[in-house]
Amino acid sequence: MSDHSMPAQVPDARGYYGEYGGRFVPETLMPALDELTESFQSALADPDFMGRYEHLQATYVGRPTPITYAAQLSKTLGGAQIYLKREDLAHTGAHKINNALGQALLAERMGKRRVIAETGAGQHGVASATAAALLGLDCHVYMGSVDIARQRPNVFRMKLLGAEVIPVESGSKTLKDAINEAIRDWVANVEDTFYLLGSALGPHPYPLIVRTFQSVIGIEARQQMLDEVGQLPDVCIACVGGGSNAIGLFHAFRDDDAVDLIGVEAGGLGIPSGEHAARFADPNLGRPGVLHGTRSFVLQDADGQIRETHSVSAGLDYASVGPEHAYLRDMERAFYTTATDEEALAAFQTLCRQEGIIPALESSHAVAEAIKRAPTMPKDAIILVNLSGRGDKDLDTVIHEIGEDA
Amino acid sequence: MNEPVTTLQGTAALAAMFEGAKAHDRAAFLPYFPIGYPTYDDSLAAIEAMAAEGVDGFEIGIPFSDPLADGPTIQAATQVALENGITVRRCLEAVRTLRARGVRQPMLLMGYLNPILAYGVEAYVRDAHAAGADGLIVPDLPPEEAAQVKSACEKVGLALVFLLAPTSTEARIKLVTAQATGFVYLVSVMGTTGARDHLPETLPGFVARVRAQTDKPLVLGFGIGRPEQARQAGELVDGFIVGSALVREGAHGAEAVRALAASLRRALD
Repeated sequence: MSDHSMPAQVPDARGYYGEYGGRFVPETLMPALDELTESFQSALADPDFMGRYEHLQATYVGRPTPITYAAQLSKTLGGAQIYLKREDLAHTGAHKINNALGQALLAERMGKRRVIAETGAGQHGVASATAAALLGLDCHVYMGSVDIARQRPNVFRMKLLGAEVIPVESGSKTLKDAINEAIRDWVANVEDTFYLLGSALGPHPYPLIVRTFQSVIGIEARQQMLDEVGQLPDVCIACVGGGSNAIGLFHAFRDDDAVDLIGVEAGGLGIPSGEHAARFADPNLGRPGVLHGTRSFVLQDADGQIRETHSVSAGLDYASVGPEHAYLRDMERAFYTTATDEEALAAFQTLCRQEGIIPALESSHAVAEAIKRAPTMPKDAIILVNLSGRGDKDLDTVIHEIGEDA
Repeated sequence: MNEPVTTLQGTAALAAMFEGAKAHDRAAFLPYFPIGYPTYDDSLAAIEAMAAEGVDGFEIGIPFSDPLADGPTIQAATQVALENGITVRRCLEAVRTLRARGVRQPMLLMGYLNPILAYGVEAYVRDAHAAGADGLIVPDLPPEEAAQVKSACEKVGLALVFLLAPTSTEARIKLVTAQATGFVYLVSVMGTTGARDHLPETLPGFVARVRAQTDKPLVLGFGIGRPEQARQAGELVDGFIVGSALVREGAHGAEAVRALAASLRRALD
């Protein structure tokens, strides 16, 4: 992936994607972000570092992940042919390991033995705990107590992997508050601690680092489409919480003008309800603002207080979105839509029964969009869905939502 | 005890504040208190009571849902303020009311960036000035990102205070001291706001590194809560801020806040 790992036009040297991005953090962290930027750039230019990363991706994570033709689902829908990029098959069960492994190697290179991470659904926490165990780092994961309650299997996995899970009781007790606490920890311990941030957000250089380590998804998928299907997809679809799996898929296709890029936000109980995490879809609540160190679209009230969000999937339940997504939206290079809780749960069950794949509730939002869109497209059209994670972690939630007699 | 500063506002009022304290051979004491804690009326009463004790200036806290530079005490207090329906508009109204009630000391508005963006940067600075505020402290706004806020402040003469931390490099000390107006805010400890048992031993070295690069007033904050710490801070810098310790007293009413402020103020004489 070394050939593709350098940024294209964005971000600029200050970490801006058009008018989004930047670095809005307390002064204590500014020198650490400078140091991180320099270390990251020198690591990228170091063939030994990238070689080790790629070797571990192949021998430990299990990359490349395949693409799977969803034959029965495509036939049932009667329109476009649907392919799935199988990030659910990566070690730890989601794309999050691509970034966690890259950043953990970076922490090791910088001589920081203590890593902290935030997690929503727990996938990034598990990936961070895994990478830390592999490299012998000391790992602490902040997680909202609401998310701890709805993602219990992942909490236990993190503990098994030797990480400390720190419950966050402030605010809405979800991902937003976990990030606040992780940043507070970093401010207090910045000299010996590496903040292993899990999505394509936060202050520069994090959105760039995360995109770089996640871009393997799109690089592989694009080549697999050419090699195995003989053409590029017409549409790429990915769910968007912070947006790391989406940016990882989209980045390789950015210059393929004929390929539509579609991000799916959490529509929750529906946009009119206000109970959602759809930053782009709700003009009353979603506006440019600054949260967690970056300028992007943020769900907020008229006074600029950050809104509490709702989604059936903990990983999409977040008030802001990676700044590059705001930029791609403004540029009309990517388009963003929503799937409700109900649509995601229906897509979850459909994929289970028709393809024998239990998707993460996050990824089910992307599947829901494919299910809506495929019937409107011709049979020779192709949709590529990023199946960003597997759904074992979500079984408690799904049982609660649809009952045991699924 | 206070120098009359009624005709001065903004950076000029802050300069007069530091001169006044210096004339008495002591550091300036600036309490922090959030509007709306434990209620709107109580917060105003606490600030008025501290003003009467002869504190030198105020950091007026504006609540935000995600105060990532703040420790548990101020997080909890500003959360109460939000639950009390406190908005940016209400905080500006509080400044206007305090001026009307005769509070003359300089007031700096301390609040995070997003509510300012939501209000509109130009409008916020204009309305803050009109209400009688003298400066802004925005903990998540480093000078690199501050061009718009800075030019708005310059237009009306409001101070825009930037922060330095023990981690700041020489290059950053140079940048921040060049850009800050009013004073430079030195964060004494690594971490969030909140009273500590001891100020770090590295503090004199940090202050000296900054002093070597600027003549602007230096104000120390974070971790100071007791008279002996106030005295210690007063020997190192031109002013100091106490927040969490006063906010904790706020739960017991304005009189408790006044009493702690008085003991901190007396420690400087």
